[in-house]
Amino acid sequence: MRYAMAVDTKKCVGCSDCVVACQTENNVPIGYCRDWIVEVTDGTYPQLELEHRSERCNHCENSPCVRCCPTGASHYSDGGTVMVTKNKCIGCGACIASCPYDARYTHPEGYVDKCTFCLHRVKKGQQPACVAVCPTKCMYFGDLDDPNSDVSRVIKKRKYKTLIPEAGTNPQLYFLI
Amino acid sequence: MGKNRRDFIKISALGAAGLVAGTRYLMAQNQIVIPENPKGPWRMPHDLVRTPTYCEVCFWKCAGWTYKNDAGQIQKIIGNDDDPNSNGRFCPRGTGGVGMYYDEDRLKTPLIRVKGADGKQTFKEASWDEAFDFIQKKIEKVIEEHGPECLALFTHGSGGTYFGNLLKSLGSQNITAPSYAQCRGPREVGFIATFGEGLSSPEPTDIRDSKCMVLIGSHIGENMHNGHVQEMSDAIDKGATIITVDPRFSTAASKSKYWLPIKPSTDLALLMAWIHVLIYEERYDKKYVEQYTFGFEQLKEHVKHMTPEWAYGITTIKPQVIRETAREMSYASPATIVHPGRHVTWYGDDTQRLRAVAILNALLGSWGRRGGFYIPDKAKVPGVPHPPYPKPRRTWRDAMGGKYELADLALANGVCDATIPSATMDCSIKAWIVNGTNLIETLPNRPKTMEAINALDLMVVVDTMPMEITGYADVVLPECTYLERYDSLRVTQHREPTISLRMPAMKPKYDSKPAWWMAKNLAERLGKGEYFPFDSIEEELDYQLKKVDSSLEEMQRIGVKKLPRAYDDLYYKDGEEIEFNTNTGKIELYSTSLEEYGFDPMPKYTAHPEPPAGYYRLIYGRAPMHTFSRTANNPNLTDLMDENTVWVNPKVAKEWGLKNGQEVYLQNQDNVVSTFPIKVRVTERIRWDSVYMVHGFGHANKKLSRAFGRGASDSELITNVMMDPIMGGTGMRGNFITFRFNKA
Repeated sequence: MRYAMAVDTKKCVGCSDCVVACQTENNVPIGYCRDWIVEVTDGTYPQLELEHRSERCNHCENSPCVRCCPTGASHYSDGGTVMVTKNKCIGCGACIASCPYDARYTHPEGYVDKCTFCLHRVKKGQQPACVAVCPTKCMYFGDLDDPNSDVSRVIKKRKYKTLIPEAGTNPQLYFLI
Repeated sequence: MGKNRRDFIKISALGAAGLVAGTRYLMAQNQIVIPENPKGPWRMPHDLVRTPTYCEVCFWKCAGWTYKNDAGQIQKIIGNDDDPNSNGRFCPRGTGGVGMYYDEDRLKTPLIRVKGADGKQTFKEASWDEAFDFIQKKIEKVIEEHGPECLALFTHGSGGTYFGNLLKSLGSQNITAPSYAQCRGPREVGFIATFGEGLSSPEPTDIRDSKCMVLIGSHIGENMHNGHVQEMSDAIDKGATIITVDPRFSTAASKSKYWLPIKPSTDLALLMAWIHVLIYEERYDKKYVEQYTFGFEQLKEHVKHMTPEWAYGITTIKPQVIRETAREMSYASPATIVHPGRHVTWYGDDTQRLRAVAILNALLGSWGRRGGFYIPDKAKVPGVPHPPYPKPRRTWRDAMGGKYELADLALANGVCDATIPSATMDCSIKAWIVNGTNLIETLPNRPKTMEAINALDLMVVVDTMPMEITGYADVVLPECTYLERYDSLRVTQHREPTISLRMPAMKPKYDSKPAWWMAKNLAERLGKGEYFPFDSIEEELDYQLKKVDSSLEEMQRIGVKKLPRAYDDLYYKDGEEIEFNTNTGKIELYSTSLEEYGFDPMPKYTAHPEPPAGYYRLIYGRAPMHTFSRTANNPNLTDLMDENTVWVNPKVAKEWGLKNGQEVYLQNQDNVVSTFPIKVRVTERIRWDSVYMVHGFGHANKKLSRAFGRGASDSELITNVMMDPIMGGTGMRGNFITFRFNKA
């Protein structure tokens, strides 16, 4: 099993619904977030391109954060997701420094927090909160080992990219372009 | 007090909080009952309890569920799958609506304006009884001295229904919403003149099945009109062609096959050129035009000279692009939507511009066709019977001197004008009730609004938040949020008619109350209790719901109920005989009603003033995470966006030496300087002759702790209002700003 997510940049309008839905679902304190929107403008008026991306932890197959964690708090879990065990985390911040995607933050309670792909929902057969709420249905989540999953099908059909592939982390967040 | 200048009172200047005690007894009669630990289908996985609601963060009113956790706190708000407005997916504002409940800056208790020993005006915390006593005496005095027609209501919230009923029972029809003359009014009038009916809300655009959609200044995706955003995404998936006309590279423009970066204020020329191409290249729907329309030959003659080459000189859009885009519309027709937009009060000739939009849709045969405009249906839910309302002898219209007769709803600016005393006017309004609308930020030409407010004998403001308008009130009534109250049923049009219920998930915080309860109490005190023939709103809702084969109990379980359509099909059948509600019974390409009232029967382009050297046209719009100025203090939504910026083209920035993030003041053509500075956003996404800012920021009330002084207010810079002579809309895009590096 290999959980992954694809975000269709052709449909995303950058509304941030995924951000606030994640905050309310996962009790992320106001002022912090596990997912966020990136807007990139390219070109000169009127020859312009604009890309909106909903970004989060890439749940990398080769995760620098897991490798550098001194206590084993950061670890691989179901479907290759990268998770943090709260009570093992000492808040040293090594993982934050090592993450090329800036996907982690220190929770005000002292531990490091980040996207979990809403594993608590996924285990109940639900979609992650961001995917379930998105008004443009621009996000696809599922198991890449299952050729019939939403994410497998859309990745097969469409052109895509990943972020900072040269970091060698083998990220599992795909952007459809 | 009304004779004196009305000093703005910050609600922060309050008396001691202890005064609240002892006011709770009023709750006893109409106690809101919330099941503490409901069993059965309400109990959801992971111990969350859900109650149905429909959202109040914007006018789309999506239906959903409020989930409470075991600690009794609101955990989240999620869309209802059966709701056609949201399809189970709330937008960021709906998802963040929870912040409205938790906002610690909320209005907490009734307030009455008093003069202190030092002569300074201040608010005194009051009990509901004291507040109602005060209002009752003032209203009785206004009625006695001036007649009930001198009462007016401004409303942009669900609770307004009940205050409307209160006014009608007293004998006033001055009930208005700024969503008409400051927003969608010209569109309604333009479409009524053409098709005999308006669009209403949600607009029946069949976007999900559209093959070509044209957006003119409409920024779907930045305006989070939920259903439309969702359907545009579906249309993108299906490969629909999107054509966006906007001087700004909007989000929608970035999703479009064609972006036409038009010179602002010239849209009507482009529309007429498109009509020209459709007619002279014979690309219109001949059968449809033949069967259903009136005035084709006149239109053909009228647009003869309005060629793409003519329009090029005006709009800066190349003739080839105008032709190509017209052809795209034609290829896809009738599954083409020339979207009517929503906020269309731009240049004062807006009804005519929207007429051109309507005519284009008629030529493409998209009205009443799949992928164009569907035929919406709306449930009919009878109310609880009450005596007929008295007929007012006068209304705000009597103060308009016969102008704007084609307005099909009351004009907020008209009511405002009818409040300012004048020798020539028949009816000077003396008392306002303002429910859920921050008129200071909503109405253009703020000095005029202030003049009207200063002339009032009474202003009652009903709101959940200490918006600027509360500072000018004589009495402030704290409304509980939509998460803490029942309201009238949501009965909106869509492909299938639905009804939906809002019920409280929480008990009202502080000493806040629902609007229905306030209106009912006031009606009883003013001797009009017979118009509120129910003891509690639950009783009223249950009565209404039983009339449509449902019940309050059922709606509490399901939240949304679909009802059968009255008209069997979503679209006209091929060749079906249709009588349109116009003078000729046809779709009027040539408008006989506009001609009757002395207006151009077919739209004509007229040039509008352009910014002088060193000035830039002020364009404003929406951000997806905010609704006007209403959400600017919401803790969850300010977390997503806490201030607006002024978008400046890099060429302009270079000329002025402006850097990204630099703070500047904006000054308009009338030398009005923004109260607060605003940060510059240097971006290629805006034309060099314009600047852009998101509406709803720059709040001046310190009690809005997260919103105060964040960004600038576009409204205060809109002092030039271009009135629509047909229906009285307030065109607001004729304001020009320049930059100042300091305020003085």
